[in-house]
Amino acid sequence: MRVTIIDYGRGNLFSLGRALDHVGVSFRLTDRPDDVRDAECLILPGVGAFGDAMDGLWRCGLVEPIRNAARRGVPLLGICLGMQLLATRGEEFGNHAGLDIVPGVVSRLPEGDGSAHSIRIPNVGWRRVTGTPGAAIGPGADGAMYYFVHSYAHRPSNAHHIMATVDVNGQAVAAIVREDAIVGCQFHPEKSGADGLALLRAFFDFAVARGAAQSPVGKRTA
Amino acid sequence: MPPLRIISRLDIKGPNVVKGVHLEGLRVVGHPGEMARRYYEQGIDEIIYMDIVASLYGRNNILSIVREATRDVFVPLTVGGGLRSIDDIVEALRSGADKVAINTAAIRRPDLIAEAGRAFGSQCIVVSIEAKRWPDGRPGWEALTDNGRERTGIDAVAWAEQAQRLGAGELLVTSVDREGTARGFDLELLSEIHARVRIPVIASGGCGGPDHAAAVATRHCADAIACAHIFQYEICPVPQLKSELQRAGIEVRRCV
Repeated sequence: MRVTIIDYGRGNLFSLGRALDHVGVSFRLTDRPDDVRDAECLILPGVGAFGDAMDGLWRCGLVEPIRNAARRGVPLLGICLGMQLLATRGEEFGNHAGLDIVPGVVSRLPEGDGSAHSIRIPNVGWRRVTGTPGAAIGPGADGAMYYFVHSYAHRPSNAHHIMATVDVNGQAVAAIVREDAIVGCQFHPEKSGADGLALLRAFFDFAVARGAAQSPVGKRTA
Repeated sequence: MPPLRIISRLDIKGPNVVKGVHLEGLRVVGHPGEMARRYYEQGIDEIIYMDIVASLYGRNNILSIVREATRDVFVPLTVGGGLRSIDDIVEALRSGADKVAINTAAIRRPDLIAEAGRAFGSQCIVVSIEAKRWPDGRPGWEALTDNGRERTGIDAVAWAEQAQRLGAGELLVTSVDREGTARGFDLELLSEIHARVRIPVIASGGCGGPDHAAAVATRHCADAIACAHIFQYEICPVPQLKSELQRAGIEVRRCV
């Protein structure tokens, strides 16, 4: 299997590539709609602002190809802003339509009360995630610690899309979302040490298994 | 309370990691890539590479160091030193930096903070503040530039507030008075700045052992600590620091 990383000019793709090298997965970087159309497995990275990133995807003609891939059941991992873009809309610097693959709204994190227990926004640092009870967690583990850096969060309208949460000033915020083969993580697995690399491995194992199951001849294209 | 972030700060001169006292009298302490790898394996939470003589060697030097480190270091990397423009920041991020630290260029042209925040998101813009007690003995601290070599006449606390207003994502606050002394962080400076801003603050300068690190958490005057000395001279390696902090009831990311 080869992973297609969507490169629309937002995000630290260099580090992501290094993490994929480390877990032994081959990849290509692309901003071409055709590459997204024939992808076996997609990663949508991203840092920066929601509206700006969606503009980038539209400009490259990538919005419909990504939506179609999601509909076809192509495994897709959204990272950080890439997870937020899966939402219906985002409220960062105005109202912007998202990819609407994992329905919900991206809104600002709650501010703390200034006490020693409160978290400053942007929420930067290593946070422990809590698996949602009964969720088929797939990639990601209850109690794992990942590196977060964000001021906004995806609030899925459908609670069963939430696989794990992180506590931000008393609010349980989605840390991992999943809708069938679509997975989003708010943190940076490529920057989260052994826990992050384990999540990437789990996602790719899942993607390979999914590819084998869906392939007409049932063969793995590893 | 969120876990205290433990950062290794590596000051770079040419091909080497160096360490001095008050940012002066530099000694070579090791190889940038090897040290980052070692700390990563020991469970460090983040790494800061600070090119302290960027103007002498050019930026390519530190960027190749960053590119090498990203091969097997999977925690956030911040790069600082000599970044003057949006183009410089682009280059640093493309080389694998997750965040950039800017000081001198931001003091000369504060709008760089706003421009960089808009272009890359504030989360990757760390404003580095080198603070030193006013030489004339008046209360407060002066912000210095050029790795503590140049005075500015600017009040460090007021500058911290301005940096936040302009869109800094984090502040790296280095006490030049304490740097390299192992006498502990300047808790007064940190408390003053931490109380005036709402963004995360990284304490730097003066850490000589676990007690100094614990004091930052119990005084609640920073969200992260950057240490050099105690790791580089193996006075208190990363796993030991973390376990001693845990013993003191301070949450940290466990080492694996």
